[in-house]
Amino acid sequence: MDWHWLFGRLDWSYLPHEPITLGAAIGMPLTLVAIAAALTYFKKWGYLWREWITTVDAKRIGIMYGSVAIIMLIRGVFDALMIRSQTALGGPGGSQLFSTDTYQQVFTSHGVIMIFFVAMGLMFALFNIAVPLMIGTRDVAFPFLNAVSFWLFFAGMILVNGSLIFGGFSIGGWLGYPPLTELQYSPGPGVDYWIWSLQIAGIGSLLSGINFFVTILKHRAPGMTFMRMPIFVWSVLVTTVLIMIAFPMLTASLALLSLDRLMGMHFFTSMGGGNPMMYINLIWAWGHPEVYILVMPAFGVFSEVVATFSRKKLFGYKTMVIALVGIMFFSFVVWQHHFFTMGSGADVNAFFGIMTMIIAIPTGVKLFNWLFTMYRGRISFASPMVWFMCFAVTFTIGGVTGVLMAVPAIDFQVHNTLFLVAHFHNVIIGGVVFGYLAAITYWFPKMFGFRLHEGLGKAAAYFWQVGFLLAFMPLYALGLMGAVRRLDSYSDPSWTPFFIVSAVGVVFVGAGIACQVLQIAYSVWKRKTLRAGGDPWDGRTLEWSVPSPAPFYNYAVIPKVSRVDEWWYQKQDGIKAPKDSDYKDIVMPKNTAFGFVIGMTAFAFSGALIWHIWWLVIVTFIAVVAMIIMRTMDDFTEYTIPAAEVMKMDKEARA
Amino acid sequence: MKKYRAVVLVACTVFALVVLGYLLVRGVHFDVLQPAGAVAKSEKSLMIFAFSIMMLVVIPVFIMLVMFAWKYRAGNDKKVDYRPEWSEHKLLEAAWWGIPVLIILILGTTAWITAHSLDPYRKLDSKVAPLNVQVVALEWKWLFIYPDLGVASVNELPVPVDTPIHFTISADAPMSAFWVPALGTQIYAMNGMSSQLNLIADHSGTFPGYNTNINGEGYAKMKFNVYAKSKAEFTSWVASTRKSPNMMDEATLQKISQPGLMDETVYMLMDNNLYDKVVMKYMKGTMSDKDATGASTQHDMSNMEGM
Amino acid sequence: MSKALEMIAKRDKAQLGFWLYLMTDCMLFTSLFATYMILRHSTNGGPGGSELFSMSFVLVETLILLTSSYVCGLANLAIHNGRRKEFVWYLGATIALGIAFLTMELTEFGKLITEGNGPQASAFLSAFFTLVGTHGLHITIGLVWAAVLIWALYRQGRHEDILRKFSLFAVFWHFLDIVWIFIFTIVYVMGVK
Repeated sequence: MDWHWLFGRLDWSYLPHEPITLGAAIGMPLTLVAIAAALTYFKKWGYLWREWITTVDAKRIGIMYGSVAIIMLIRGVFDALMIRSQTALGGPGGSQLFSTDTYQQVFTSHGVIMIFFVAMGLMFALFNIAVPLMIGTRDVAFPFLNAVSFWLFFAGMILVNGSLIFGGFSIGGWLGYPPLTELQYSPGPGVDYWIWSLQIAGIGSLLSGINFFVTILKHRAPGMTFMRMPIFVWSVLVTTVLIMIAFPMLTASLALLSLDRLMGMHFFTSMGGGNPMMYINLIWAWGHPEVYILVMPAFGVFSEVVATFSRKKLFGYKTMVIALVGIMFFSFVVWQHHFFTMGSGADVNAFFGIMTMIIAIPTGVKLFNWLFTMYRGRISFASPMVWFMCFAVTFTIGGVTGVLMAVPAIDFQVHNTLFLVAHFHNVIIGGVVFGYLAAITYWFPKMFGFRLHEGLGKAAAYFWQVGFLLAFMPLYALGLMGAVRRLDSYSDPSWTPFFIVSAVGVVFVGAGIACQVLQIAYSVWKRKTLRAGGDPWDGRTLEWSVPSPAPFYNYAVIPKVSRVDEWWYQKQDGIKAPKDSDYKDIVMPKNTAFGFVIGMTAFAFSGALIWHIWWLVIVTFIAVVAMIIMRTMDDFTEYTIPAAEVMKMDKEARA
Repeated sequence: MKKYRAVVLVACTVFALVVLGYLLVRGVHFDVLQPAGAVAKSEKSLMIFAFSIMMLVVIPVFIMLVMFAWKYRAGNDKKVDYRPEWSEHKLLEAAWWGIPVLIILILGTTAWITAHSLDPYRKLDSKVAPLNVQVVALEWKWLFIYPDLGVASVNELPVPVDTPIHFTISADAPMSAFWVPALGTQIYAMNGMSSQLNLIADHSGTFPGYNTNINGEGYAKMKFNVYAKSKAEFTSWVASTRKSPNMMDEATLQKISQPGLMDETVYMLMDNNLYDKVVMKYMKGTMSDKDATGASTQHDMSNMEGM
Repeated sequence: MSKALEMIAKRDKAQLGFWLYLMTDCMLFTSLFATYMILRHSTNGGPGGSELFSMSFVLVETLILLTSSYVCGLANLAIHNGRRKEFVWYLGATIALGIAFLTMELTEFGKLITEGNGPQASAFLSAFFTLVGTHGLHITIGLVWAAVLIWALYRQGRHEDILRKFSLFAVFWHFLDIVWIFIFTIVYVMGVK
């Protein structure tokens, strides 16, 4: 009997063969089984379902985003360790730790995981955790959509990791240029895994972009005009605009490539008139705004951190806003600098190069504003501030090499070399990662009611900073020595010492992450000693005015705002406790299983497309449409908490 | 001394890293920084200029960062001014908008000028007639055709010194890129497209060349060597290669186009239209039925540049 | 907040959110238009727009779609004045005209495919089928949405809810009309020249 219609092209031959991938393919399901066993033993399934899987509370969703991101960070750094172990040993007469095919899958998944699941994951974690609290509201504009976004993100994450078990991942790099990723050169399921994990996660991101834009526009507390919002909220607003405009271009690029692969079309194929350069333009028209999407919230975080820990008003609020908006506009007109060497001609190259350089101006202005917030402040170097210092040094170096490469004639010599790799890690680690790690330390007490251990936090920052320098400064040198990116072997022995130092750097970064994992575990264990009240940092913005952990309704009474840093000045003027008559009925959204189910169905839909299981494609597609229709027909998605109960809960929390 | 523990740790770490850095780069050859041709030399000067001009801003920023962090730390607050509401200063803002704008103006102008003067398509200023080399990126080897000299080679690129080399570059492989760091500028090699590059070697030697764009399993090993020779040596190489028993024709091209690695090999060139045939293989699809007939080899391939 | 104010706030947010979604849809179509513009001459030695497109056919399609937008506007007036039966008739007519449009489009696609000019034949045809087909997919979703709205009405849904949902549908339907005008101009009119 021919079972192919049932299973598509799924086949036992797609199981991994190499020890390391086989280990992962066995280890991951085993870990999941162990977790499931623990949940059963401790009878926590009900709790998990009620409190986390079906939640629409932005804070809970944020914590889930953050947890997934941190686990993916560990996988991503492990990928990095594999890469650098290979290059340390891959010189002349050296050995292959694993096959070139595996190596190419590893650096592809490293990039995909770090950008889409670590950086975007942490970013959405922060949006969810901080934005509603900072603008004085209870939840986002569309809580159900928020849950859907998370579970789509989760589905994308399963796809990337699932590829380890069956089929292998793409070997085309994190952006998957055709024609390498077309059927002619990559007939297997790897590229399809790549397409759908990005596509599904990307839709989740797009929906979140809309969600948070509407939230910031419509949910601000009374009196909070745009120019009274915290700068972090401004950075999120600007980021959501970028998300909404850029992500559809990613959707289009991936969709067209999948049409080529699934239906034999000719958008980017070599034959039939396809044009790979079109793909490169489309995907970078998304790709460049993407990196500003990642870094601008980090800038926003530092605006909050520097002001708070210098105990001083942020220098130049208006200019910070102008700079953010300026960066937002310019990030749309620079994408061609990712392919100066594709032969566009001098005029085009020069235009985009100059536009790219211009972005350095508002970015530099922000750095000066932070510096002069420190000036005449009273700075305490808690770990968020330590992260800022690391950022200021590291990101600036990355910015310098960025402006260097913005000059087309310089880029001609460093494009696609390890110099480029060093640059983008420089700005992503120095800017995005350090910013988000600072934010986690900063807002952790608000979510959990206790602080993270400071000593381990500072140790982590030290290891990350030193690790970054050891891992990436040698890469700048290697690039200038002629070393291109994505190599697993090379014949010049003078490169080896540099690769060895770089490998040591990855170990240092790993030590930093170990400190952070230890920090979380230790802090949970010692949470009574590390207990934090509502305002552990003597903060300036509204989120510090509610108890820690924040109650599920955020604010018992919606605050009224009359200035920037409202909470800081309220503390100085004398905090007024709410009158009994201030408490009103609260309407909250109900939990729902639809978010989770839609996410898992999207995962099944993608799997069906990857493995050519056509009946499942149809079934899952219809299921998703049906669930959306069912949800829109549901008129009872909210519940009310009477004012008296709100008052009771609030008074207990403040006691 | 306990309160200065952090500062001491940072200072020691910085010192150790600087020493490590020095030990690493000492005696190492940097193709990009020790260029062997006019194009790479200009690109290096440009790098140094741009880097130096940026240091005018970066170094003061680093100094201020350390100074402010130290001076305004919480433990020091008895000795310095604490002004929690101070958040504006028109003159300072004018400076840190104005100076970067000036620097970007200078760099931008430089970028414009050099984007044109170092345009890979631009012929080099030289009294010597250029040597034409056609390049085809294959899975996972480089084919070099010397159409005016009747020779071809794989992974081996001999060129005469002080002679501008005019490359026309295409591919029959996933997108690749042709790069000789010691000589300068890299450019993409794409199916159905013809890119151009102009380089020159100003002294003899062996200069490694690479593919900078991943194109499959053999990507890392897709290396070649430029052998810059004196005019006499180059002429004798051409002469001896024309006597080679290896023939480069369509059949051989077919054979070497199969995925796999190859050692350096030289050929007598039997078919002068091989390069055009490679380009046409993929360019057909971009044509309508009207110009599919009788087309192509008359086309000015140099117009098939990017978008 | 009072119930009425709450409903207005809810409708406000929904409309803002939906307009933003439409902007993202615009970006998607822009990408597809850009791709079409770049690939429209890459016919792989086969026929191009001037050989394949029938202007009279497309004109009829266009008129049908424009009429459906007009009729949708009449439905809008009806529901805002509380005339539910009229609303159902006009919305039904919108759906019928939409189905007619889709039928014509699928006929055109079918003919091209059976003649060997399917989306796999050349880059031009891939771009054509995808751009026009994506619009057709949006029309299909719109038709399902309109049908669900009629069903919602019969389930005695709250008037404000129906109003809110229909106003979003109407914007969606008109947006698709505008996209079609661009397709008509850029693909068909410019293709036939």
